Amino acid sequence: MIKMTYREAVRAGLREALQSDPRVFLMGEDVGKYGGTYACSKGFLEEFGPSRIRDTPLSESTFVGAGIGAALGGMRPIVEVMTVNFSLLALDQIVNNAATIRHMSGGQFSIPLLVRMATGAGRQVAAQHSHSLEGWYAHIPGIKVLTPATVTDARGMLLTALKEPDPVFIFEHAYLYPMEGEFDENAPPVDIARAVVRRHGKDVSLITFGGSLWKALQAAETLAGEGIDAEVVDLRVLRPLDQATVLASVKKTHRAVIIDEGWRTGSFAAEISAQIMEGAFYDLDGPVTRVCSAEVPIPYPKHLEDAALPQPETIVTAVRNLKG
Amino acid sequence: MTPPIDRGRGLELLRQMLRIRRFEEKCAELYSLGKIRGFLHLYIGEEAVASGAMPCFKPEDAIVCTYREHGHALIRGTPMGPLMAELYGKANGCARGRGGSMHFFDAARRFYGGLAIVAGGLPVAVGLALADHMQQRRGVTACFFGDGAVAEGEFHESLNLAALWKLPVLFLCENNLYAMGTALERHQSQTDIARKADAYGIPAQAVDGMDVLAVESATKQAADFVRQGNGPYLIEYRTYRFRAHSMYDAELYRTKDEVAQWKQRDPIASFEQYLRTIGLLHNADVEKLETAITAEIAEAVAFAEAGEWEPIEDLARDVYTPQQAEV
Amino acid sequence: MAEFVMPTLGSDMTEGTLIEWRKKVGDRVTKGEIIAEVDTEKSAIEVESFYTGILQQLLAQPGETVPVGTVMAIIDEEGTPIEQTKAKTETKPKKESAPSPVSGPMVPPLPEPGRLRISPAAKQLAAELRVDPSDLKGTGPGGAITLDDVRAAAVVSKEEPTVAVDRQARMRETIAAAMARSKREIPHYYLSTAIDMGKAMAWLKDENLKRSVTDRLLYGVLLIKAVALALRQVPELNALWKGGAAVQSPDIHVGVAVSLRQGGLVAPAIHHTDKQSLSELMTRFQDVVKRARAGTLRSSEFSDPTITVTSLGEQGVETVFGVIYPPQVALVGFGKVVERPWVVGGEVVSRPVVTASLSADHRVTDGHRGAVFLSAVDRLLQEPAQL
Repeated sequence: MIKMTYREAVRAGLREALQSDPRVFLMGEDVGKYGGTYACSKGFLEEFGPSRIRDTPLSESTFVGAGIGAALGGMRPIVEVMTVNFSLLALDQIVNNAATIRHMSGGQFSIPLLVRMATGAGRQVAAQHSHSLEGWYAHIPGIKVLTPATVTDARGMLLTALKEPDPVFIFEHAYLYPMEGEFDENAPPVDIARAVVRRHGKDVSLITFGGSLWKALQAAETLAGEGIDAEVVDLRVLRPLDQATVLASVKKTHRAVIIDEGWRTGSFAAEISAQIMEGAFYDLDGPVTRVCSAEVPIPYPKHLEDAALPQPETIVTAVRNLKG
Repeated sequence: MTPPIDRGRGLELLRQMLRIRRFEEKCAELYSLGKIRGFLHLYIGEEAVASGAMPCFKPEDAIVCTYREHGHALIRGTPMGPLMAELYGKANGCARGRGGSMHFFDAARRFYGGLAIVAGGLPVAVGLALADHMQQRRGVTACFFGDGAVAEGEFHESLNLAALWKLPVLFLCENNLYAMGTALERHQSQTDIARKADAYGIPAQAVDGMDVLAVESATKQAADFVRQGNGPYLIEYRTYRFRAHSMYDAELYRTKDEVAQWKQRDPIASFEQYLRTIGLLHNADVEKLETAITAEIAEAVAFAEAGEWEPIEDLARDVYTPQQAEV
Repeated sequence: MAEFVMPTLGSDMTEGTLIEWRKKVGDRVTKGEIIAEVDTEKSAIEVESFYTGILQQLLAQPGETVPVGTVMAIIDEEGTPIEQTKAKTETKPKKESAPSPVSGPMVPPLPEPGRLRISPAAKQLAAELRVDPSDLKGTGPGGAITLDDVRAAAVVSKEEPTVAVDRQARMRETIAAAMARSKREIPHYYLSTAIDMGKAMAWLKDENLKRSVTDRLLYGVLLIKAVALALRQVPELNALWKGGAAVQSPDIHVGVAVSLRQGGLVAPAIHHTDKQSLSELMTRFQDVVKRARAGTLRSSEFSDPTITVTSLGEQGVETVFGVIYPPQVALVGFGKVVERPWVVGGEVVSRPVVTASLSADHRVTDGHRGAVFLSAVDRLLQEPAQL
C-alpha cells in the first residue's frame, strides 16, 4: 500500500498515461510552466516536452473543441479545464459536439476525449468559483461523467477512462486534492461503471458522490453512536448511472438520504430520488430525503459558506428526521 | 478569369456546379412535397466555392463544414444516393438518417460534418489539425464557415490557437453577406473579414466567390501554403446565396433588386458563358451534362425512396461506442 | 402532367392560404418561376413551380386555406386549358410513414420478497381503517394495493364494528397523526436532570398530615405547579407553533397526560395552572382525570394546553423521552421517585430523586434555555412551601 494525496494520485495517473501511450497528451490552462493550477502536472513539461504538455490560451471553448478534433484525428487528448466554473465557456463544444457526433453521424466517429476539471465549493472562493455542476453534465447523453472521491479512484478512474472510446468528463472535487489516502499499486484497474458501497449498514442509505462522500461517512459515524446503522453508497459514475447498486441498497435499508453539493432544485439528487421512486417505490419506508446546497450563490465568509453546503451535521439531522 | 484552363477541367468544374444546383433544386421540390423535413439550407448561388475549393484537398485532408454543406459533400465524393437518403432520414443515408440536411458525415472521406452551431466547427478543425501536426502527417484541415461565424468568440479563439501552434488549418469563410437575415455591415464593425486574420498573424486573402476559377486558384495556393507547414491561412470567399436562409423565408432583410443583381453574376451561367467565349463549351456538352445529372438525381431519389427507416429498436445505438470497439 | 400542390414552406407548416395566383390559365410556366403567393403563419412567401408547361387548371381560389399537399393547379405541356376553377381534390402528400415509437410507461419492479406491494397512501389508509393489507389482493400496476383496494376492503369489514372499537380506533388515529406530525416536523432536543425531592417529599408528608384524607395532595401536583411557575421564567417554552413561527401564550395552561384504561391517552389542560393553589390544582387534576376516563372532557380542555406534563413514575419508569404534542413546543416528563445516593454537604446520603426531562422544539428554543428551565423547576421544588 502506498500513501499519497489525491493530488499526487491524479498526477500519478496522468504520468502513467503519458508514459504508456504516445497518443496521450495534456492541454489546458497553465498545465505546463505553471505545473497545473492544482499542481497535478508539476514537472511534466520538463519530462514530456512542450508538444505533449500544452499550455493553452484562455479559450475554453476552443481548446475543448480542439480536444474533440484531436480525438477524431487519432490522438488521446486529456484536456484540463481549470475548474467547472470555466467549463461553462466550453458548453457549446461539450454539448453540441462531443456528446452528439457519434450518434448524429450514425456511429461513424468516436471521440476518445478525456476532460478533467476541478469542481465544488468549500474553500472560500465565493460564488463564481464554487460551482458543483457535475449533475448538469450528467444530464447529457453521449458523454460519461465520473466523480472520483478516493485516492485509488483519482488515479485509477483516470487510467480506465483513457481506454474509453467516448468523451469522459472527470470532476475532481477541489477540496479533496490535499486529502491523503492509500492505494494498492498492484490492484487491478478500477472500473468506471459501478457505484461502490463504502460503508455497509442496514437502517438508511446515504447516497452521495465526490467531495460529499467524506461528509456522509462522517455522518454515518455519528449516527452509529446513536444506534443508527447507515450504509454509504459512493456513486462514482453519474453517467451512465449504476442504478442497480443504488436500488439494492435502498431495498435493504428502506430509507434513502441523498447528499449532493449541487443546488436542490433540479439537482442530481433529484434524479436519484426519481430513480428510487421508479425502481424501489414499494420498498420505501419513508420519503426519500435530500441534503443539497442552499439555493444561493455560494458566499465568501466561512460561516455562510458552511451553512450553504451539506455538512455532516445536516446529514445526521436529515437521517434523524427520517428515522423518527 | 485569368488562369488558362483546359477543356476537361472546365467541363468538370461546370459539371460539379451543375450537380450541386440540380441536386438542390430537387431538394427544394422534395421539401415542398414533404419528403424532406426540418431545416433545409440551400447552397444555390454559392456553388463556385465548393466546386472550386474542394478539389484542392487530398483524401488524407480533413473537411469540416457547416449546415450548408450539401455541395461540399457532393464534390468531396460522397455518392448522391446516400446524401439524398440522409435528407429523407433513411437508414441508407450517409449518417444513417440521424442527422438530415445539416449533418452530413462521411468517415471514409474524412468529412467531419455538417456541424450546425455557427462557429462550432472551428475548434474541432483546429483539433484535427493538431492531431495531424502531432502525428507528423502532412494533412490539411479545411474548415468552412460563414460570415456569421466571424462574430462568434470561437472564430477568434480558433484563429489565435491555430496561429499560436502553427497548425495546418485552412480557414475558409464563405461570406454570403448575411448571417441568416442580418447583413454583414449590421453585425461587423470591420466588414473586411480577411483583415481580421491580420490580428492573429495569419495570412489571408479575399477572392471572388462567384468565380470558380478564382476560388480554385486561391484555394490551391493556400492549401499548398498550409501543407508545407507554414501554419494556418484564411480565405474569404465573397459570394451570395440566391435562396432563403433555410428553405423559405419572406426575405424581408434584402431587396429583390439586390438578389437580381447578384443573379446576374450566377457562378454557373457566367462560367458557362466564359467557356463558350473561349470556345471550350458547346450546346451538346451542356445537354450531355444535364442529362447525366438528371439521371444521377433520379437514381439518388430512387435510392432514398427505396431506403429503410432505421428500426426504433436502434434508437439508442451509437450514443456510446460499443464496448468491444476499442478505437 | 404535373400537379402543383400546396408546398411545405417550413418545418412547422401544416397548411397555407393562397394569396394570389401570379399566372393565369393558359400561361406558360417554367421551372423555378414564381407561380403563386402563399401565406403561412409566419409570412407571405412567393412559391415557385418545379415544372415547366402550360397552366391547365387552377383548382384553388385566392383566400382559400388548404392543407399542405393539396393539389392547387395542373401544369401540362399538352391539353386544352380549362378556364373554370373546379372543386379541388385533396391529396395528402405521398409520404411514407416512418415507424411510430412504441414505448410503454415504466412499471416499478416488484419489491423485495416479504415486502408488500402497497402504495404509501394505501398503507396509511389501511392503518386508519384498521384493514390488514396483507389480506388484500391489489388491483394496481403489477398487483399493487391501492387506495381503492383498501376502501373496498373497509366497506366489506364494516359490518361488525362496535362503538367502543370505533372510538378507540379514532383515538389511536388521532394520536398516530399527531405523533407522526410531531416527529416529522419538530426537530426535538432532549435534556434531563435528576432532582432531589427530599425537601418536597418531607414537606408534602407534613402538609398531608394537616389535611383530611380527601384533601390530601399527590406529589404530582407539586411537579405540575413547579413546571407552571418555571414557565414564567422561560416563557419561550410556553408557546404554540403557528404558521411557521412560535407564538408565546400569555396564559399557562399545563396539559396533563392521562393514560386511559382501554389504551391511548389524553392530555387535557388545567387552565391557568400557575395561578392555582396546590389545593385547587389537586381538585382540578382529579376532576380532569376522572372526566378523561369517562370520556366527558370539554373540547377547550383538548385544545388549550400550552405545554404537556407527563409522569410515568407509577409505571416504574425512571426517565421519559417525550414526544411533543403539536402545536406545542415543549413537553416535560417525570419518572419514578427513587432513593438514590446523593451528596449533601460532602456526605453521601440517600435521597428521593426524580428525573425531570424536557423535550423541546429546536426551532423555538436552544438547549441553553431548556437548561435554564429545568434548573428553575429544580429550584422551585427545593422550596415546596412557596409552591
